Amino acid sequence: MSNNPEGNRRCGPGGRSAQGGSDPCRPPAARKAPATPGGGVHLEVPEHRPGGGERRERFITISDREIRGLYGPEEIRDLDPHRDLGVPGDYPYTRGVHPTMYRGRLWTMRQFAGFGTAEQSNARYKYLLSHGQTGLSVAFDFPTLLGYDSDHERSRGEVGRLGVAIDTLADMEVLFGGIPLDRVSTSMTINAPAAVIWAMYIAVAEKQGVPSEALTGTIQNDILKEYIAQKTFIFPPGPSMRLITDTFAYGSERVPKWNTISISGYHIREAGSTAAQELAFTLADGFEYVRAGIEAGLDVDAFAPRLSFFFNSHSDFFEEVAKFRAARRIWARGMRERFGAKNPRSWMLRFHTQTAGVSLTAQQPENNIVRTAYEALAAVLGGTQSLHTNSMDEALALPGEKAVKIALRTQQILAEETGVANTVDPLAGSYFVEYLTSQMEQEALAYFDRIEALGGVVPAIEKGFFQREIADAAYRYQRQVQSGELGVVGVNRYVEDEPSRVELLRISPEVERRQLDRLRDVKAKRDQGRVRAALEAVRSQARGTGNMMPVFLEAVKAYASLGEIIQVLREEFGEYREPAIF
Amino acid sequence: MSHAKVRVLVAKPGLDSHDRGAKVVARAYRDAGLEVVYTGLHQTPEEIAEAAVQEDVDVAALSILSGAHLTLVPEVVNRLRAKGADDVLILVGGIIPDEDVPALKEAGAAGVFGPGANLDEIVEFTLANLRRRGA
Repeated sequence: MSNNPEGNRRCGPGGRSAQGGSDPCRPPAARKAPATPGGGVHLEVPEHRPGGGERRERFITISDREIRGLYGPEEIRDLDPHRDLGVPGDYPYTRGVHPTMYRGRLWTMRQFAGFGTAEQSNARYKYLLSHGQTGLSVAFDFPTLLGYDSDHERSRGEVGRLGVAIDTLADMEVLFGGIPLDRVSTSMTINAPAAVIWAMYIAVAEKQGVPSEALTGTIQNDILKEYIAQKTFIFPPGPSMRLITDTFAYGSERVPKWNTISISGYHIREAGSTAAQELAFTLADGFEYVRAGIEAGLDVDAFAPRLSFFFNSHSDFFEEVAKFRAARRIWARGMRERFGAKNPRSWMLRFHTQTAGVSLTAQQPENNIVRTAYEALAAVLGGTQSLHTNSMDEALALPGEKAVKIALRTQQILAEETGVANTVDPLAGSYFVEYLTSQMEQEALAYFDRIEALGGVVPAIEKGFFQREIADAAYRYQRQVQSGELGVVGVNRYVEDEPSRVELLRISPEVERRQLDRLRDVKAKRDQGRVRAALEAVRSQARGTGNMMPVFLEAVKAYASLGEIIQVLREEFGEYREPAIF
Repeated sequence: MSHAKVRVLVAKPGLDSHDRGAKVVARAYRDAGLEVVYTGLHQTPEEIAEAAVQEDVDVAALSILSGAHLTLVPEVVNRLRAKGADDVLILVGGIIPDEDVPALKEAGAAGVFGPGANLDEIVEFTLANLRRRGA
């Protein structure tokens, strides 16, 4: 069962110990879920309890996990509360990363926003901050995510559509104009070109007089899940991982309060994975980054405290709570036992949560407010550090102002009125929740073994393993909705013929034209010699092994565009082409 | 009726990377006995038209969730026409506001399917509206 020939006692992907009652790597569930020869996890479902008819033959979660009618002490007989739960703020952090959790500080309410031009997005950020939002979260448009300037042929029709368009430092100056970067933390959903966009942010802060040491925020910077699910990749895995470890190294020295990566399950789940796959694939990616950082010569405790996570909160309430709790325990065990991290901050899995975009329906969109509220509750009871709640209109378009405000108010009601922030990890000790938490952990470890058997995360990506697992789960879910086995109100239950009437945000084609004008203007006015020299420096650094961050900083300050910088890297690093699997 | 020879190109135009819907629909077509070619991500309208001609497909199903549908769909149709492939059935799926549907139909899309669309209905609609072989 273990792939570890030396039989070392390690946790996390790359091997885990299979025996021993007090093994710290071993999950504590009562009923073991052995990995089947085919590799899938066999979920043992006990005999049906007799007595009385039930509404259905099978009761399942949206991840096709079968749930029994009752759980009791028998299901958690192997759970050792001291070993497996601990107390909040202590290893293995199952109950939370802080001793007081939300009594000390509420979660950060952070709504993801960005559209059109930098001016429009800047206005939305100020609107959100004025209504009590406590952190910014920037959405970029597709050309920016893929490193194309707005004037590139492939950008036509996409500029400013799903996020804000950023071509040069001039756009970033407008985007954060009037927002004090020493007091607001900013999360940026950017991956393949993350290092360059981060350089722009550092440069804007410098212009505001804010030193990089004072900056707080996050760059997503998680390329592995791009290959697996979100698909906004540019370069092949090798150079992509180098860019990421460069940000780890630069951040630990110069931007010490910044989260240099947000290892994301969100998009894996949105692409159709089950809850257990989201958990397993995300943590496998996380351990892969740790391995890469160590291989790049970094001390694990120098960068691991700055790793953060990002999960989805979907509609099956208890399965989600269990997933969050299991994530903390797996990470803590893997970091301490396998990677030998000494700093407790390296063991703590801190995470952002977004409610599930895919759970929203275009039909009867007001119902999405309710869905989002339940999902937000699961995230809070799972101990999230920050939260984005989706707006009711997001199955139709980008969210309008009113919808965004209701989504933010949903979090505020949760924090101020429901009492859930009064005590830490209130679901602990529930037979069902503890059973599910341990079950999730076992399933993740079984996936780690399968990934390792394929040669690790990158080879598994290249073989299409994750993509196929996710596509299978997505198709199964769609069929279960179609057959009515899973109910979705407004789609296959309580269907109404009335068309929806929600006012939608429209992105004017004018945005593209204005963005092109500004890009032309910036390119005309800059010091062309400085730009050329900076781009040459990017090229020669890319050919060597030095840290890319200093050359990116000089290039963005010279107003070289994102597209120009990425083009140099495309020439030096090559481009990734995915296996098209369905 | 045998569908074995009906060929469908499932395509992702533009920079949009959301491929869950495209893959689910591709599989539904395959399960219904159609032959499916999936382009993969990030295709230009020219690349899609070229693939449609090369693969000799009856149907081009375009999946767009980026909001760029009013730019990209007419482009694909024009490129197909320019190659003399104007009998290919064009379908569009994704996040498409209701008020954009008439414009897409005007541009040449025979059917538009939004979130929650039923897979069996998509397949039935496709088979009932084939242009090259008739229904």
